[in-house]
Amino acid sequence: MREFVYQRATDISGAVALLDGDPQARFLGGGTNLVDLMKAGVERPDRLVDVRELPLGRIETTQDGGLRIGATVTNSELAAHPEVRRRYPALAQAVLAGASGQLRNMATVGGNLLQRTRCAYFTDTSLPCNKRSPGSGCPAVTGEHHNHAILGASEHCVAVHPSDMGVALAAFDAVVSYETTEGGGEVALADFYLPVGDTPHLETALPPGALITAVTLPPAQVASHSRYRKVRERASYAFAIGSAAAALDVADGMVREVRLAFGAVASRPWRAREAERVLTGRPPEGAAFAEAADAELAAARVLDQNAYKLPLMRNLVVALLTELAEETDR
Amino acid sequence: MAPATPATASAITLTVNGEKHTLTVDHRTTLLDALRERLDLTGPKKGCDQGQCGACTVLVDGRRIVSCLELAVATEGRAVTTIEGVADGDALHPVQQAFLDLDGFQCGYCTPGQICSALAVLDEHAAGWPSAATPDVRPEAGPPPLTPEEIRERMSGNLCRCGAYVSIVQAVARAAEHRAGHPGHGAEATTESTTKESAA
Amino acid sequence: MTTTAGPRTVGVAHTRVEGRDKVTGAARYASEQPFDHLAHGWLVLSAIARGRVRAVGDAAVRAMPGVLAVFHSGNAPRLMTDYTSILGPPDPTLALFQHDRVPHQGWPVALVVAETPEQAREAAEALVVEYDEEPHDVAFHAGRPDTYIPEDANAVASKGDLEAELAASAVVVDASYTTPEEHHSAMEPHAVTARWDGGRLEVIDTNQGAMWVAGELAQLFSLDPSSVRVRSEHIGGAFGSKGVRPHQVAAVMAATELQRPVRLALTRRQTFAITGYRSPTAQRVRLGADPDGRLRALEHEALSLTSTLRPFVETSAVLGRVLYDARAHHTAHRLVDLDMPTPTWMRAPGEAPGSFALESALDELADRLGMDPIELRARNEPTVGPLSGLPFSSRDLLGCFREGARRFGWAERDPRPRSRREGRWLLGTGTAAATYPSGAAPSTASVTAEADGTFTVRITAADVGTGARTALTLIAAEALDVEPDRVTVRIGDSDFGPAWVAGGSMGTRSWSLAVSSAARELRGRLALADGDIPPEGITARTDTAGLLAELAKKERHSFGAQFAEVAVDVTTGEIRVRRMLGIFAAGRIVNPLTARSQLVGGMIWGLSMALHEEAVRDPASGGQLGADFANYHVAAHADVPAIEADFIDDPVPDDPVGVKGIGEIGIVGAAAAISNAVRHATGVRHRDLPLRPDRVLRAEEEAAAQHG
Repeated sequence: MREFVYQRATDISGAVALLDGDPQARFLGGGTNLVDLMKAGVERPDRLVDVRELPLGRIETTQDGGLRIGATVTNSELAAHPEVRRRYPALAQAVLAGASGQLRNMATVGGNLLQRTRCAYFTDTSLPCNKRSPGSGCPAVTGEHHNHAILGASEHCVAVHPSDMGVALAAFDAVVSYETTEGGGEVALADFYLPVGDTPHLETALPPGALITAVTLPPAQVASHSRYRKVRERASYAFAIGSAAAALDVADGMVREVRLAFGAVASRPWRAREAERVLTGRPPEGAAFAEAADAELAAARVLDQNAYKLPLMRNLVVALLTELAEETDR
Repeated sequence: MAPATPATASAITLTVNGEKHTLTVDHRTTLLDALRERLDLTGPKKGCDQGQCGACTVLVDGRRIVSCLELAVATEGRAVTTIEGVADGDALHPVQQAFLDLDGFQCGYCTPGQICSALAVLDEHAAGWPSAATPDVRPEAGPPPLTPEEIRERMSGNLCRCGAYVSIVQAVARAAEHRAGHPGHGAEATTESTTKESAA
Repeated sequence: MTTTAGPRTVGVAHTRVEGRDKVTGAARYASEQPFDHLAHGWLVLSAIARGRVRAVGDAAVRAMPGVLAVFHSGNAPRLMTDYTSILGPPDPTLALFQHDRVPHQGWPVALVVAETPEQAREAAEALVVEYDEEPHDVAFHAGRPDTYIPEDANAVASKGDLEAELAASAVVVDASYTTPEEHHSAMEPHAVTARWDGGRLEVIDTNQGAMWVAGELAQLFSLDPSSVRVRSEHIGGAFGSKGVRPHQVAAVMAATELQRPVRLALTRRQTFAITGYRSPTAQRVRLGADPDGRLRALEHEALSLTSTLRPFVETSAVLGRVLYDARAHHTAHRLVDLDMPTPTWMRAPGEAPGSFALESALDELADRLGMDPIELRARNEPTVGPLSGLPFSSRDLLGCFREGARRFGWAERDPRPRSRREGRWLLGTGTAAATYPSGAAPSTASVTAEADGTFTVRITAADVGTGARTALTLIAAEALDVEPDRVTVRIGDSDFGPAWVAGGSMGTRSWSLAVSSAARELRGRLALADGDIPPEGITARTDTAGLLAELAKKERHSFGAQFAEVAVDVTTGEIRVRRMLGIFAAGRIVNPLTARSQLVGGMIWGLSMALHEEAVRDPASGGQLGADFANYHVAAHADVPAIEADFIDDPVPDDPVGVKGIGEIGIVGAAAAISNAVRHATGVRHRDLPLRPDRVLRAEEEAAAQHG
C-alpha cells in the first residue's frame, strides 16, 4: 500500500510547517470534496493535515463592523449564525442552498472556497481533462456541456465553480486571509480565482502550501437587503445550473447601491460589476434590471447546450432585483 | 502541535454508541468502513460511498454527517452514534416508532440514514436553524415552523429510491410533535391532502 | 372501518413483519454477513467501448500485497452459457472472461481477489489492460437507417387498415417522443458472498429470485442444481436490476478456484455499468379520430437500443393493445444494435416509457378535439381486448377516472392553458391512464403446522421492499384462519423450492396462490390429524402449475388513473409537482398500508422519470458520463409533494386469490400526467424527457419568438 500519513494540527504555524515543501500533502477540512476525489483517484495525496482543531472556528464582528469568519467554521454554523442571517442574509441563503444537512455539518468555509469543479470529465480519471491532466484536452467543449460556463471560460476548459457560498461572498467583497511559513497574507475574493486561459489547472492565487485562515466581509449596508436564488435540476441536494446573489439599496427612487454575483456560469463565482455599473443611479425597475443583466451577459460565449443560461441569468437578475425593489417600497 | 504520525495506519479509540473500541485503522479507512467492516456495525449503509445518498448518515458529537466521507482516524475522541444506538433497549425511539407505524420505508436500506438524519433535523430545528425552505432567514423572523416543506428540504440529503418520502415526512412530523410534548396522531395533523374536497 | 369478527388478516393494514429490524439497523443485507477467512473480489471494467483485450498485465498485480488471484479471459475456467432459464437465455455479460471481445464500455475484463477489499481495489486499479480498440457507435436517435424489427412475439400487433382509417379521420395527431437511458439505482449496490461448504455452493446474495439465481449459477458452472443454495434475506431495492449479473459469476468462480469464501460488493459506479438499465426510446404515435373522439386509428412505434450481443426489447408499444379500442391498430417495436451494455427490465418495462408517449398523445388529441381528456378515454373504452378479442378478467379504468376526478377536483379545471398563476408560478393539472398486466407463474410453497401451535410458511419469494413477506403472512393467516402473529413466513432461500421471481408485478400474486393453496391443504390434513401434531410438525406442499393451467384465457390487467398538479416558473425553467393522486383498480388489496406505499413509490418513480432521470453517454468514450447520484438525479425529498394512492373495488370473479400485482402500475402514466399538466400550465407541449429547466426555458423562448 502507498504511504499515507494523517496528522492533526493544533496550531496554525504548526499546520503550515507540516505542509511546507510537500506538494503531495493536503490540508483536510470537512473532507466532503477531498475525500471523495481521493476515492475517485483525482487527488492522490500522501499526507493529510487535518486542520479542524485549529482555533479558526469562530465568527466575529470586526472593528469596522464587518464580519470575520474563521476558515474552519462549518457551513451549518455559518448559515445559522444570527449576525450572518441579519447582516448578510444572502450568504446564509447561499450556504443553505448547497449540498445537504449532513454535508453542511462537515464542510468548512476554507474548504468550500477550494472545492473543485463537478464537471464529470474532471472527476472521471479515464477521460481527458485539462484541469486534471494539463494538455490532455477538454472533451466537454464538443461533448456534454449543458451545465458548463458561459463567462470567462476558454477553449481549454469550460468547467464551472460549484460553490453557492462563494457567490454571496463575491457579492459582498470578501477578503481571504491565509498563512504560510513565510507569513500571512490577504487576497480579495475578486482576485482569488485565476483566469482560466490556457492554465485551467492553476485555480487560485494562494501561494503553495498556504492555509486559509479566515474570510472577512467588510461592512455593507446594502448586504442586509440581499437574497440568493439557485436554479437546479432537482429541488434540493443538487448543484446549480444558474444562481445569483443580489443586494439592493434604493434611495430617493434611485438605485444607490447594488451588488450582483452569479453562480454556475464561470470557473469562479462571477461578480457582475458591469451590471452593477449600469444600474447604479437608475430607477429600480424591470427594464433597467434587464438592461443591466444584458450588459453583463454581453461578454458571454455560449456552446450548443448551454445557451439557455443567458435567458436564465437575465430572468434571475430581473426576478431577484424586482423582489428586492418591491420590498423596499413597502 | 500533535506528534507526527508518519505511518499508514494508527491505533485509535472510537467511541460508538457509548462504547469504546480500540482498533488499528489504515488512515484511508472511512468511518463508514470502520463501523461496518471492523466493528460489525452494519446499520450505517454504503449506498454510494461518495456523499451523494445519505444512507451512511451517523451522528458525531450529536451532529449528522455522512460517514463515507469522514476518515475513521479523524473521529478519535468524538462520540459516534449509529442507528444501533438509537433505541433505548427494547423501546424504540419515537422516530423509529413513527417510521415503523407509518411505513416510512420499503426496502429498508436507506432507513438507518433517514432515521439518524431525522434525529438531527429535530435537533437542528429546535436550535432555530433555518433551511433553504425558510422564507425569511433573518433572526428577527423567528424560528420557522416545521412544515412539511421544511422537513422535505432538511431531509433532502437522504435519497430513498423506493419512494417512501411521503410517509417519511409524516413520520418526522409525528416524531416532532411527540418531542414537543404532543404525542398523538401527528401524521394526520400535518398530512397535506391531494384531494380538493378535504383541502376545501 | 373493517369490522371482521375473525382474525385480522387480508385487507387490514399491517406494519411490516421485518419492520423492527429495519428501523433498528438489525436487518442484515447481502454484504453484511460476517464470514471467517473471507477474500474480497474487485472487478476491472473495460475502459474502451469496442475492441479486444490484447493483454492483461496480471504478473505485476499478483505480486502486490494480499493479492490472491487475477482472473481474465486468458486464464478463466470455462463456463457453460448455452441454456435457457425461467427468464430466457442468460444475459451475455454472464459469459465472464470467456472470450477477449469487448462489446461495450464497462464490460468486465478481469477480477482481482485479495485478502482485503482495499487491497483488491488497489490492485484492480493498478492492473494494466491493453486493448485493440475499434471505433464504436453509441449514438441512439430516431431515423437511424440500421433499425430492425426484432424476432419477438410481442414485436408487432396489427388489425384493420391503418392508413385508410387515418385518411378518414377528422383529426390526426402525429407526434414523436423520446425518453432517455434510465438506471434502476436501488439504494443497495449489488453484493454477493460465495463459498463452498460441505460440498454445496452457498451464495449470500441480494436478488429478486433466489431460485432463479441458483438455477443459472448451476448451469453456468455445470453443477447439480441441488448442490447450489442461494439465500437473499433482505434486499435493498431491485426494480429489475437484481437478477443474475457478472459479480455473482465472478464470486463463484473465485470461491471455486480458491476454495475460500469470496465477497464482491459493487461500487455505485459499477452498478451503473454492469447491472442493466432501461434503454432510451424514440417513439412515434399517430392517432386518428372522428369529431366525437372515437379512435379510428392507433399507431405506436417504439425504437429502443440493444447491445451487439443480444436483442432486448423495451416493449413500449404494448399498452395501447389493452387500453383503447380503434378500428385499426398498429403497434410495433424496432431495435438498433449499438456498442452499449444489454438493457434489461426496469420497473414497468415497456409501459413506463410507452405510457409517456401514448398518454401524452391522447392528451394532444383531446386538446385538438377540444374535449376533456377523461371523456376522450371514456369514448374509447373497449369491452374486450382490442386486439385479442378476449374478455377482461376485470376492468374498471373508468371507475378509476371517476373516483380520481372527484377527489382531485377535476371538474373545476379550466382547460385553457396558462389560465392559473400564483406568483412566479404557472399552475396546471393533467391526467393519464395506467395499466399493467396481472400475470402469474407456477410456484411451490410449503406450510407447516408446528407442534407449538404456530405455522411456518416456506417459499422462495423475495421481499425487495414490496412488503411481500408481510402480505404472504396475511394470506397464510387468512387461509389458516388464524391471527397473523401465529404465522412465520420464511423466504429468500432457494432450498424452499421453485417459485416465481419478484418481477413483472407477478411475485405476490404468484406466491399468494401457492401459499393459500398449501395452507388450505394443510387445514384439510390437520382436520384428519385431529389436533395431534408430531414434534416435526405437519407440512403441506403445493405446486400451482395445475391451478394456473386451469385459469381461463383472459385479458388480465390492473388499471389506474393518474392525476398531477404542477407549478412551472417559465423564467427559470423550474417545475415543481404540487400534488399527485392515483386511483387504482388492482384486485384485492392484501395489505393497504404497504400497498399504498408501493403505489406511491411507483408514482414517485414517475415524477423522477418526468423531471430528473437521464443517463448521459459520452459519445467520445462510449461510457456513461457521471455515473453517480450527483449526476444521475433521482427525486429527492424536496421534489416530492403530498402524493396519494388509493384503490377502488376490483373483484376478479374467476380468480382463486383475486390478488393482482401492484409493483409497476404506479409508475405507468405518471410522467405523462405530469407532462400533460405542464402543457396545461404553460401552453407548451414537451415530448422529450426529462423536463429539464433548459428545455422549459428554450421552449418558452421559442414560443415567445413565434408570438413576436
